[in-house]
Amino acid sequence: MEQLTQFTSATTVLAIDDVDTDQIIPARFLTTTTRDGIGKALFADWRYDANGKLIEGFPLNEPGAEDRKILVAGRNFGCGSSREHAPWSLHDFGIRAVISTEIADIFRNNSLKNGLVPVIVDRETHQWLMANPGAEVTVDVEAREIRLPDGKAVTFPIDGFARHCILEGVDQTGYLLQQQDKITEFENNRSWQP
Amino acid sequence: MSGQSLFEKVWNDHVVVPETDDTPAVFYIDLHIIHEVTTPQAFNMLRETGMQVRRPDLVLATMDHSTPTVPITDLGASLDAVSDPEPAHQIRQMVKNCEEFGIKLHGFGDAHRGIVHVIGPEIGATQPGKTIVCGDSHSSTHGAFGAMGFGIGTTEVGHVLATQCLLQRKPKSMAVNITGKLQPGVSAKDIILALIGKIGVDGGTGHVIEYRGETIRGLNMEERMTICNMSIEAGARAGMIAPDETTIEFLRGREQAPQGEDWDKAVERWLSLASDPDATFDREIDLDVSQLEPQVTFGTNPGMVVPISQPIPSDSGDASFRKAINYMQVNADQPMTGTRVDVVFVGSCTNSRMTDLRSVAGILDGRKVANSVRMLIVPGSQSVKDEAEAEGLDKIFTAAGAEWREAGCSMCLGMNSDKLGKGELCVSTSNRNFEGRQGPGGRTVLASPETAAASAIAGVIADPREVA
Repeated sequence: MEQLTQFTSATTVLAIDDVDTDQIIPARFLTTTTRDGIGKALFADWRYDANGKLIEGFPLNEPGAEDRKILVAGRNFGCGSSREHAPWSLHDFGIRAVISTEIADIFRNNSLKNGLVPVIVDRETHQWLMANPGAEVTVDVEAREIRLPDGKAVTFPIDGFARHCILEGVDQTGYLLQQQDKITEFENNRSWQP
Repeated sequence: MSGQSLFEKVWNDHVVVPETDDTPAVFYIDLHIIHEVTTPQAFNMLRETGMQVRRPDLVLATMDHSTPTVPITDLGASLDAVSDPEPAHQIRQMVKNCEEFGIKLHGFGDAHRGIVHVIGPEIGATQPGKTIVCGDSHSSTHGAFGAMGFGIGTTEVGHVLATQCLLQRKPKSMAVNITGKLQPGVSAKDIILALIGKIGVDGGTGHVIEYRGETIRGLNMEERMTICNMSIEAGARAGMIAPDETTIEFLRGREQAPQGEDWDKAVERWLSLASDPDATFDREIDLDVSQLEPQVTFGTNPGMVVPISQPIPSDSGDASFRKAINYMQVNADQPMTGTRVDVVFVGSCTNSRMTDLRSVAGILDGRKVANSVRMLIVPGSQSVKDEAEAEGLDKIFTAAGAEWREAGCSMCLGMNSDKLGKGELCVSTSNRNFEGRQGPGGRTVLASPETAAASAIAGVIADPREVA
């Protein structure tokens, strides 16, 4: 996993609530057996028309959008399916953080495993961000805060272990693999076997 | 010390290494169900790092999402004829991965192939007290047995394959107390749709729900599965129902259920899982279903739902509401009934079991699907298909003019050849009505099997209580 400590970027704003993972990456793109180039499928049905042409006016189609690392979205972002293809496609497109007042559970867990930082902020900060697309924002994983253009710092919650993995650029699998002996002990000492 | 809930008992029983401030718990998984869509990258990871599957005996593998629902007589040739090359490749990859890693695959021609969340309970692999995961969010279905079932991403699929464990932090708990006797024509699907309408698509986020109360006790296992299945649509981590005699009778004699002395011991343990009388929950919701009507969604998430006799809510200016009714081409303050229907889909892990098929047959018997409607009825598994045919349900379906298909996820999610065309409106017994879910530009109305069947006959969205 890519190492992330902090990064600064202009924001792209998607002013839609309850953006589900079928919008983030439609099911027909899930037939891939790799992760290569999956960013092309990001929001496919909102970015492209029936003829495959980019739809003008959609925030991620704006010139320069592919250089922006921060997506600000309406509440309950990432609801729906558990498809990890959703954070994969966001990451491949270039996004490294999603900011909202609420982010769905499974999507949040999947994102943290893929160097995509889910940032939860209060309503007031969120409203300001939604009203100011293109604002230069810093996401500081180390300090657990975002910093707005006027210097204001807003803390965000992030699981300590996930944060550690993102800061070090290591994936969580390593830690789990170190537990194999304890897992064997658990299996041998259970009062029942599955 | 207060008593423990069902969820707490199952949680505590699976902690290998307790969570700390700095680290999540190492959490053991008793049953890992896998399918062709969310596994390729996980198996690639194992291959690249030289790891083996730790417990192939605890993996249940099948193919369901991208598979065609027309008859497959031979894997190789037929796949080329009926599938796009990418899904065909993915299916072949599944076969290859299972062979390479020593996992038994319920593939084409297998008596037990079907939708992941249908076959687990069928073969008795889903049991009370187990932790059950799958790279599919409707893993919550298995909670109907008092198991803790939840969806995971592909990376976590790799974790479970390699270590049989996940890293987890303990979620919060929510009790949903359901009382009242269901009216005729109203079924389990209507209960869960009403609940999601009440608490919202994020109402359960961060929580494991326990469904309790007299209404729940009166439901059969398939009805309980319908309810638990859609827990994720309320944002919940999992949804559970305590095991009781109904659960025991369902499991008795099933292929992977314990036998003999082991069975008696298991039953005793299972019945002890019910929440203690003084167990506490972080949140409690009450739902009285005695006046519950059939429910239909009008918008583009499962929380945008309305009782069938009621109009769509008024437009209060909310942007999400407007976007949704615009996409669905419906109007505020208008009823959903009478809306023209193009397709009716009976199927999916929510409603594709015998209870659902019998309900549909009861309504279609002696009647015809409207000429303007295409109706697909897709059994949840080969076993369900066989049983339905033994009861003659397939003949009722085809006599009415519906298509009777092979098992699979089919039109739930537009990933195989069963898709909606742009603009088509489908009354569907599935679980998600997101924009384009069933095909780009497709419009989905979620409903019960009864409402779907009534609408198929009428050619418009119709109230099943009015079918003569």
